[in-house]
Amino acid sequence: MGFSRYFEGIENIEIWPIISLIIFTVFFIVLLYGVFKMDKKYIKKMENMPFDKNNGSDTSLDNKIL
Amino acid sequence: MEQFKYDNKIVKYFSIATIVFGVVGMWVGLTIASQLFAPSLNITQYHTFGRLRPLHTNAVIFAFVGNAIFAGVYYSLQRLLKARMFSDTLSYIHFWGWQLIIVAAVITLPLGLTTSKEYAELEWPIDIAITLIWVVFGWNMIGTIIKRRVRHMYVAIWFYLATFITVAVLHIFNSFELPLTAFKSYSVYAGVQDALVQWWYGHNAVAFFLTTPFLGLMYYFMPKAANRPVYSYKLSIIHFWSLIFIYIWAGPHHLLYTSLPDWAQSVGIAFSIMLILPSWGGMLNGLLTLRGAWDRVREDPILKFMVVAVTAYGMSTFEGPMLSLKTFNAWAHFTDWIPAHVHIGALGWNGFLTFGMLYWMMPRMWQTNLYSKKLANFHFWIGTLGILFWALPMYWAGWTQSLMWSQFTEDGTLRYLNFLDTVTKIIPMYMMRAFGGLLYFIGMLTLVYNIVMTAKQGTFLAEEEAEAPALEKIKAIKGETWHGKLERLPVRFTILALVAILIGGLVEIIPTILVKSNIPTIASVKPYTPLELHGRDLYIKEGCVQCHSQMVRPFRHETERYGEYSKAGEFVYDHPFLWGSKRTGPDLAREGSPKLRKPNSWHYLHLMDPRQTSDKSIMPPYPWLMEQQIDTSLTPKMIRIMTTLGVPYDKAPYPENYDQVANDDLMKQANEIVENLAKEDIDAYPRDEIIALIAYLQRLGRDIYAEEETAINK
Repeated sequence: MGFSRYFEGIENIEIWPIISLIIFTVFFIVLLYGVFKMDKKYIKKMENMPFDKNNGSDTSLDNKIL
Repeated sequence: MEQFKYDNKIVKYFSIATIVFGVVGMWVGLTIASQLFAPSLNITQYHTFGRLRPLHTNAVIFAFVGNAIFAGVYYSLQRLLKARMFSDTLSYIHFWGWQLIIVAAVITLPLGLTTSKEYAELEWPIDIAITLIWVVFGWNMIGTIIKRRVRHMYVAIWFYLATFITVAVLHIFNSFELPLTAFKSYSVYAGVQDALVQWWYGHNAVAFFLTTPFLGLMYYFMPKAANRPVYSYKLSIIHFWSLIFIYIWAGPHHLLYTSLPDWAQSVGIAFSIMLILPSWGGMLNGLLTLRGAWDRVREDPILKFMVVAVTAYGMSTFEGPMLSLKTFNAWAHFTDWIPAHVHIGALGWNGFLTFGMLYWMMPRMWQTNLYSKKLANFHFWIGTLGILFWALPMYWAGWTQSLMWSQFTEDGTLRYLNFLDTVTKIIPMYMMRAFGGLLYFIGMLTLVYNIVMTAKQGTFLAEEEAEAPALEKIKAIKGETWHGKLERLPVRFTILALVAILIGGLVEIIPTILVKSNIPTIASVKPYTPLELHGRDLYIKEGCVQCHSQMVRPFRHETERYGEYSKAGEFVYDHPFLWGSKRTGPDLAREGSPKLRKPNSWHYLHLMDPRQTSDKSIMPPYPWLMEQQIDTSLTPKMIRIMTTLGVPYDKAPYPENYDQVANDDLMKQANEIVENLAKEDIDAYPRDEIIALIAYLQRLGRDIYAEEETAINK
C-alpha cells in the first residue's frame, strides 16, 4: 500500500519535512552565530540571576545552607 | 525601591500536594506491580489491573509530578522576576482546581470511565476542566512575567513558557471527542489517525510535562543547591531552542512497524536520533554545573539526588533514541523493556529531582534546617537501590519475552506457541520489580517523616518580604544581540516558541487530518454491529488495552503466532484506536480470525476465571460481566455519533434510521450467542455484559478473512 495513497489530498507531501528541516537548520545557524556574539558581561549577569541579591531580597532564606 | 512580598503559602500547598499524591501514586504503582504476580489482588471490579494502571500513571504524572512542577515554578518564578505572583485568587483557583481534577480522576478511573488513550484517559468533562485550569496557570504565570521587576527572563522561565503553550496545544488536539453520556465519549479520530494524534500527544506529554518544566527547575534549583551558576548559559540557549523544536516530531517512534504510513515512521526516527544532541546538551549543562563542587556531592544529599536525577535523564534520553531505531524497536516494543525505560526517567529524573527540590525548598520556607540529613541520605540510597531493583529485572524480562516470542524450532514452528509460557517465565522478574518499587516507596515515606519533622521544628514564613526597583521602560539596549532582546520580550518569545513547536506538530498532524479515512479501505472491512460496539466499550472500560495489543507487526514470528499482519484499512471504524503499547498478554488483533477463533464458551469461562482455561494465567477474573447488563437505551445515540464520525451506518446495506432499529440487530446477535452458550450448559441473558464482550472479541481481525470464511462455510 503506497505512501501516496494515504495522502491523496496533498501534493508533494515529502517536501514538508524537508522544508521544515531547512527552516530549523537556518534558525539553528543564526542562533549559534547570535549566541557566540553575545556580550560576556550580559551572560555573566544572566547566569547569576538565581543568585541576584542587589536587585531584591530573597537572601534571607536562600543563603541558609543545609 | 518597591516593597513587596513573595507568596510562600501557595508553594507550601503545592509541595504538600506533591508529597500526598506521591505516596498515593506510588502505592497504586506497588499494587499493580504486585497484581502481575498475584492475580488474587484483583479484588472487585474497581480494583483490577486494567482500571488501576491508568490511575497509577495519572496519579504520578499529573498529581505527583504536576504538583511538583507548580510548587517549583511558583517558588522560582517569583524570585527570578522579583515579583509576587500576578494574582493570589488565580493561584488558589489553580491549586484547588488541579486537586479537584485529581480527585475526579481518582473516582472515575476505577469506575472504568476512560477514553483508553494513554495519559489522556480522563473523560471529556474533566478534559474541559483541565483546559480551564491550565489557562488559569498560564494567565497567572504570564501576568507575573508582565509585571516583573527584572528586565530579562532567566532560562528556567523559557522552559516554563514552552511547557505552558505546548501542553495546551497537545491537550486540546488530542481531546477532540464526541460525548455519548456525561462520562463517555468517542474520539473524533479513527484508527491510524487516532494513533498518530495520540502518540504525538503521548510522546510530547513526556517531553513537555515530564521534561521541559523539569529542565526549568534544574536550571534554577541545581545552581542554587550547588551555590554556583549554571555551567554555560550559552549552551542553555542552544539547548532550549533545539530541544523544543526537535522533540515535537518524535511521536511516531511509538508506532514503528505498525500500520502507520512509513513516511511518518521515518520522520519520527530521524528526529528521535537528532534529539540526543539537545538532551545531552542539557544533561551536561546540569552535571557540569557541579564542576568544582563534587566534594560537596559526597556530603549533601540534595546534590546527590540532583546528580542521579540528571544522570537518569541522560540515560533515558540516550536509550529513547536507541529504542527508536527500527532494529532495536522491533524486539523491545510491546515488552517489559519499555516500562523499564520509562521508570529510569520517572523514578530517576522526575522523582529524584522532585525530592532534591523539596529537601532544598521546604526547610527554607520553614526557616530551619532539614530535620535529619541522615534520613535524607537513607532516602537517597534506598531510592537508588529501588530504581535498580525496578529497572534491571524489567530489562531482563523484556529481553526474555522478546527472545521467547520470536524463537523457532528447527522445523520452523514457534518454540513457545503458548503465549503463557513467555508470561510464567518472567514472574520472578515481576516480583523483583515490585520489591524495587517497595524500596522506592519506603524512601518516599522517609521523606514524609523528615519533612513533617522539619516543619514541626521550624516556623513557616508565609509572606516573605522583598524589595526591588520598578522596571523602567526602555526602547533599546546598546550592543544587544537579537536573543538578548528576545529574553526581555516575553510575548514575542512565547510566540516564537509556539511557532517552533507548531512546525513539527503541523507537518505531522495536517497530513493525518487530511487522510481520507476511506482511502485505505478494504472492501470486506465492515462497521461493528451494535452489540460489538457495546462490547468494545466494555473492552475500553475494563482496560483490556493495558495488557493486550491489537497490532500484528509484519514479522514472521508474529504472523505465525497471530495471522496476517495488521493493515491500516482494518481500523477505519475504530473510535478510538486500541492498538495498545504493551503485551503482558497476547495480541488480540486477530482473536476472531479463523486461525485463532475460540468457542464462545471458552471466552465465557476465560473471563469468569482465566485460570479455568489457562493454567497459571495472571489475568484478573471478570465475574461481574456475567451479572451486569449493557444499557441498550444508549444504542441509538451510539449509532448516531458513529455516523457523524463517518461510520457508514447511514448507507446501504443499513436501512434508513438505522439508529432506531439497531437494537433489533443487537438482540438477534445476542440471542444467537446465548443459544450457543446454552449448548454448553451455560446460562446467560442476551443483555449480559459478557455477551457483548464475546461478540466484540469474536469479531476482532476477522473481516479480511471474509472470503475465506465464506468458502469454508460453503
